[in-house]
Amino acid sequence: MFVRGELEKIEVKVLSGKRLSREDGEKLFSCNELSWLGALADYVRKKICGDRVYYNVNCHVNLTNICRARCKFCAFGRDGDSKGSYAMTIDDAIKLVNEASRDPHLSGLHIVSGLHPTWTFEKYLAFVEILHRKFPALHIKGFTGVEIQHFADISGLSVEEILRKLKAAGLETIAGGGAEILSDRVRNLLCPKKATADQWLNVARTAHKLGIKTNASMLYGHIETLPERVEHLIRLRELQDETGGFQTFICFPFLPKNTALEKEIKQTSMWDDLKTIAISRLMLDNFQNIKAYWVMLTVPVAQVALSFGANDIDGTIHRENILHDAGATSPRALTEDQIIKIIREAGRVPFATGGNT
Amino acid sequence: MKTLDSAKEKISAGGRLNFSEALALYEDNDILYLAESARRVKESRSGKKIFYTVNRHINLTNVCSANCPLCAYQCRSGDNRAFTLELADLENLLSHFPFPFSLSEIHIVSSLHPDKNFSYYVDAVKLVKKILPHVGINAFTPVEVANFAKISGKNISEVLRELIGAGVTSLAGGGAEILSDRVREIICPKKCSAAEWLEVMRTAHRLGLKSNASMMYGHIETIEERVEHLIKLRDLQDETGGFMAMMLFPFHPENTVLGQKFNLRRVGSWEDLKMLALSRLVLDNFAHFKAFWIMLTLPIAQLALSFGADDLDGTIGEEKIIHAAGAKSSTGITRQTLEKIISECGYQPVERDSFYNEI
Repeated sequence: MFVRGELEKIEVKVLSGKRLSREDGEKLFSCNELSWLGALADYVRKKICGDRVYYNVNCHVNLTNICRARCKFCAFGRDGDSKGSYAMTIDDAIKLVNEASRDPHLSGLHIVSGLHPTWTFEKYLAFVEILHRKFPALHIKGFTGVEIQHFADISGLSVEEILRKLKAAGLETIAGGGAEILSDRVRNLLCPKKATADQWLNVARTAHKLGIKTNASMLYGHIETLPERVEHLIRLRELQDETGGFQTFICFPFLPKNTALEKEIKQTSMWDDLKTIAISRLMLDNFQNIKAYWVMLTVPVAQVALSFGANDIDGTIHRENILHDAGATSPRALTEDQIIKIIREAGRVPFATGGNT
Repeated sequence: MKTLDSAKEKISAGGRLNFSEALALYEDNDILYLAESARRVKESRSGKKIFYTVNRHINLTNVCSANCPLCAYQCRSGDNRAFTLELADLENLLSHFPFPFSLSEIHIVSSLHPDKNFSYYVDAVKLVKKILPHVGINAFTPVEVANFAKISGKNISEVLRELIGAGVTSLAGGGAEILSDRVREIICPKKCSAAEWLEVMRTAHRLGLKSNASMMYGHIETIEERVEHLIKLRDLQDETGGFMAMMLFPFHPENTVLGQKFNLRRVGSWEDLKMLALSRLVLDNFAHFKAFWIMLTLPIAQLALSFGADDLDGTIGEEKIIHAAGAKSSTGITRQTLEKIISECGYQPVERDSFYNEI
């Protein structure tokens, strides 16, 4: 390819299958050779996961937006008495899933919610139990590391006990959110009331030991530094070396609208988004899947991201709430046909997963 | 595979791609190879510079006798969307532009009004020239020029001379659609033919009037027809050297008869970026490629800078034509936004006038 000097050395490393160092990661973030980065990430993607692009026909279930954490980057969480707050009953959840089940291809539920100040762990657990009983064919992916840690805090149970109970109730995989940036400097400033970096990693580690696969994510484009992004990727890579339990990594560009950071921070550029996906693919050499989450990236950029290292485009979603509260301009749902067309146009092979990616 | 290899060899050696090589690159679908190669061509021509201009679009009317199936903008005179700027309206509009001295270019394209005669358009140009004497006037597509000849009984050369005399400084690049009469018969049967479009450009260039060129893709054309289109433009450019910039227009099907009839959907960003890079590689004698953000949306236009584009067009003011067909971009943006988008990619924003002179 067409780069020289330091970048050429990185290219040689990638082409010969060697692991990139922290310094390499930082150099990649400070370079602007976007199509080179893309081509390199695409090379790695082809080697690791071939030409399939995963998607799923799924339904997001957000049980409540009432949240005691009130993180600065969130436009979804609300106090219990504020306008627009809601908390689902079990009947509400069943109704939503029934509605989504009109699509005979529906294969999975994605359940993430606020940290409700008065709900007990048993209440959350009951949703999983009942949804699993009513819809046994649907794969249930639910709760982020942050929610699991919260359940441990409010119940007095250990993280391991929480996970065992959820698994017994029907939970199959854990969602990748809540990782934000795994740096306590950043977390203390933005989300001091939720799980620390070590706690988040500990939930993932514990889940992996119990045979529960999890996803991982990074929320970038707010107050973090580029070295902190690299550090984040390296912490995930180290845990993956240890457990092998992460399935998919998802990049979340921060959407500032309606958040406490709206005035200070502008939304990331697509340039940054594609760079970050490509660099994640290059750094996370032990991850099978990199997801281009179309809700945040918008459909056109998610499609292009398929040539910047991504091999998963997420799902049909049914109705997205969290990011649309933060001004996401993408649609709230896609049809399966639309997703297939997007993937095919990129010259790749669409492959529906059972909702677990 | 042999054709693809020879295409790639030519790209590394700087040779000219032929029809089958261009087609092989399209079918290979290696978008990042195309991007990297197109970006190298761009950087060899204009380094890290990305151009933009501070401009305004003026559409004199949307009442149209052509009624092309591809168009969501035109309407008939009785329609409640119909508008026509009389000269007094135009004068009022021009006199109220904010910061008139920051403007470099006025872009005027309109429909083929069934009742207005050629002198109306000439007078409109004269008025722009009178009120904004310092701006470039990029006006009228060859389709409009051919129509002026028809309604005035003059020949193309006479029409162009009169427009130059009134103040037009370059011709707009639109109306090329796909330069194939098979396609034009279906998407715009009443517009000038492919040969006529090229002839207007040839005549303009001979008279010293520069122009842009374009292609509208993503409807009923074949990939072969796209490549033939590019080669026709390249041949004419060899002959005259009068094209300044190439623009690619993805077809927006919403609210169009064509979209409805053939159940067309807007092609994806993949196709947009791929066509941009491929066109940059085929049109080796074009200096500039616009990423027209109105069509592509700003994020994809930014990305297009990595796929061979060197120009983000302008601030525009109020875009009407493509928004009638469901474009989701905003109708105008600020200079600051354009500069930010360019700088974010490590490029250097350069404000230009109508002729790519730096300001």
